[in-house]
Amino acid sequence: MTDAHFSVAPAAVPAAAAAPALGERPKMSARNLDFFYNGFHALKNVSLDVAEKRVTALIGPSGCGKSTLLRVFNRIYSIYPKLEAKGEVLLDGENILDPRFPLNRLRSKVGMVFQKPVPFPMSIYDNIAYGIRHYEKLPKSEMDVRVEQALTQGALWNEVKDKLRQSALGLSGGQQQRLCIARAVALRPEVILLDEPTSALDPIATGKIEQLVAELKDHYTIAIVTHNMQQAARCSDFTAFMYLGELIEFGATETLFTKPTKKQTEDYITGRFG
Amino acid sequence: MNATPHSSEHIVKSYDDELKRLTGEIQRMGDLALAQLDAAIDAVVERDSEAAMKIVYNDNAIDTLEHDVSHDVVRLLALRQPMARDLREVLAALRIAADIERIGDYAANVAKRSIVLNQSAPVQLAYALPRLARLAGTLVREVLAAYRDNDADRALGAWTRDEELDEEYTGLFRELLTYMMEDPRNITPCTHLLFMAKNLERIGDHATNIAENVYFLVHGAHIAQTRRKGDTTSVLAIDDPR
Repeated sequence: MTDAHFSVAPAAVPAAAAAPALGERPKMSARNLDFFYNGFHALKNVSLDVAEKRVTALIGPSGCGKSTLLRVFNRIYSIYPKLEAKGEVLLDGENILDPRFPLNRLRSKVGMVFQKPVPFPMSIYDNIAYGIRHYEKLPKSEMDVRVEQALTQGALWNEVKDKLRQSALGLSGGQQQRLCIARAVALRPEVILLDEPTSALDPIATGKIEQLVAELKDHYTIAIVTHNMQQAARCSDFTAFMYLGELIEFGATETLFTKPTKKQTEDYITGRFG
Repeated sequence: MNATPHSSEHIVKSYDDELKRLTGEIQRMGDLALAQLDAAIDAVVERDSEAAMKIVYNDNAIDTLEHDVSHDVVRLLALRQPMARDLREVLAALRIAADIERIGDYAANVAKRSIVLNQSAPVQLAYALPRLARLAGTLVREVLAAYRDNDADRALGAWTRDEELDEEYTGLFRELLTYMMEDPRNITPCTHLLFMAKNLERIGDHATNIAENVYFLVHGAHIAQTRRKGDTTSVLAIDDPR
């Protein structure tokens, strides 16, 4: 992976200017963030705090920039050419968009899980151990403990403990997605980004992931992108509604879903446009 | 300021149809309850026991409509998962239906007591009752119109006017006490009249509940002020006028 194609311009407005106050300690903060895909303005001056050890949901119609925002949070876009971010994204006050911020360190602190589960074509055990080996050299006994911890946190241990050496590709879709979450958790990140983690899953598997999210937020800061508004309502503490690259409304989930302040938010969450 | 109802429709059109049906049921319930109230007072004034019995029987229709509303609310919550204003719309319908059902009960109660009243000689004071009923009916009409038009200001207006009804009721209460003290033969009819007056006063209270729900439906917040109450009968001392 290379940072060659992405550049950082200084923020136009002083950082704290438009930051929403949540009364919580922000773990990650976007400050006057703009993002361009090959000239297309995908994020427009977005400022938003992701509160520590809380679940923040990003909702909005397709193309509103919610996934882009999530991807900027761990700089995953930097593997593609002609993508450009302006502004700042702070992780504990440090600007992760600064090319001097090591990508390796960022990825170990900010994990990501995608819409479709993508287990590596190897055993369940190795799926978890693979990432850990990338960062740490551990004796086998310690590695066993880490794998078990990760699978337990991923709410998968009881289902796979007797078949750790079997291929991860044999797991069901829901199990594969929990494996991916366990794999992200194994690196002991501080932030977990979930991009539509349940859109390919059945309702039972979805319920298990939502329960997992509720348990994980005791230890991790979570940001989740979802098309499912009820899911955002069920499992997040804060919700951001985005539209056409702008952050329209951001606040406590309960307020946003019961008494939004902007008409666009109300129209979207009540199913009047989208 | 009144927030206007949604100008745009839902993407899923049948959702709009279901919400419209729900508000239509509330309107029909309200119209029925008002008709029952008017008819009950006519029955009192005309001393028409047969009409009064019909009113008692007709209360079933309001109860049936309330069941329909409950059923539709449960279905909307389960199948549509309403949010924001839609959610308030559904909750308001459930609560308002319960208030209208009570209003219908009180109208039927007035009719029921008029049958007993007709068994004794006409009491002069029966004429003060229609005044109270007209005022109660006006409040109910106002809050139902406010509900129909999503007009929080109109709802707030009716909400404050309940004080007039309370004062009227307190006045009637005093008069009836005087009548009873003057002549013990008045006690039976006056006691019935007292209950009938109380029923009408309670109708006003349910109208204020509806007003509060309309306000909540429109603004997503509760009315900030506290309501002045004119019903002081609970602390009224009974002095012997003789």
